[in-house]
Amino acid sequence: MEKLHLALVCFAAATSIGLAGLGAGIGMGQGVGSACAGISRNPEAKGVITTTMILGMALIESIAIYGLVIAFILLYANPFKEALLG
Amino acid sequence: MEHPILFISVILDWLGLPVPHGPIGATFLEKICEPYMTYSWLVMAFLFVVPKLTLGKLELVPGTGQNFWEVLVGGIMDFFSAHMGREKAKMLFPMLATFFLYILLANMIGLMPGFMSPTSSLNITLAMTIIVWIMHHVLGFRYHGWKYYKHFTGPIAIMAPFMIILELIGNVARLVSLSMRLFGNILAKEILLAVLFMLAGAFFAPLPILALGVLVSLIQAVVFVLLAVIYCVGAMEHAH
Repeated sequence: MEKLHLALVCFAAATSIGLAGLGAGIGMGQGVGSACAGISRNPEAKGVITTTMILGMALIESIAIYGLVIAFILLYANPFKEALLG
Repeated sequence: MEHPILFISVILDWLGLPVPHGPIGATFLEKICEPYMTYSWLVMAFLFVVPKLTLGKLELVPGTGQNFWEVLVGGIMDFFSAHMGREKAKMLFPMLATFFLYILLANMIGLMPGFMSPTSSLNITLAMTIIVWIMHHVLGFRYHGWKYYKHFTGPIAIMAPFMIILELIGNVARLVSLSMRLFGNILAKEILLAVLFMLAGAFFAPLPILALGVLVSLIQAVVFVLLAVIYCVGAMEHAH
């Protein structure tokens, strides 16, 4: 495999999870901020707000996981391996 | 990345069974000796044996084992009843509680060195997702008959053809998202543990990841079952 192609595959894998993590980080930060504001306004609803926040976190994080899975596919199960090696 | 050392695979290899080294085996015997299959059976054996040992005969005043199972089963049943109502929760409880206990144990077993989570393979997660997906459509058709399509048309009648396509795509995307979420989280945990162990294992580097892994395992099991409950409730209730 030419060095440039290998470098491009590695860069693509890293950028995939990097940008996905950026989006997920921003989204989850806003979610936690809203949850904290909700708890501060109404401390009795702490249980429901916490459960909703955890559920929302897991759903937002799954978008970052999609990016991670693409990175793993590129690195370990690359479908273009023969074209890149040959 | 080198092949991890898995206890059951080592034992099976010593017994003479063909244990494959790739993600898929070649012959049928190789396919059932894959580590995710054998560790899945280990989790199933654990779920058979431990309740048998701790429950015994049901007494009116519970001992420690029965108390633990009462708290667990009662807690899960209350969790389902809060979303679905009592009768529907009783109908769906066997399937969803089995999923919850199996996924929780399967995620946690990967934290021990020498063991691998069966849910870190897409085969296991996709199988469970397909069961949940087919189940919620079957429930929709059973509760609404052919009027089930009204769930997909949206609020305004004029935009119905457009909304049906969008909703169908979103519904099929549930297959991908539900399986990929569990698979990606647990696979990432396993790879992170393996890499950190290889890099700096003598300095207890995997320890923070192990702590995070316990949290992630529990949360992913809860999220899988919670989403399954939400899909089933959405299929069973009346459309807007």
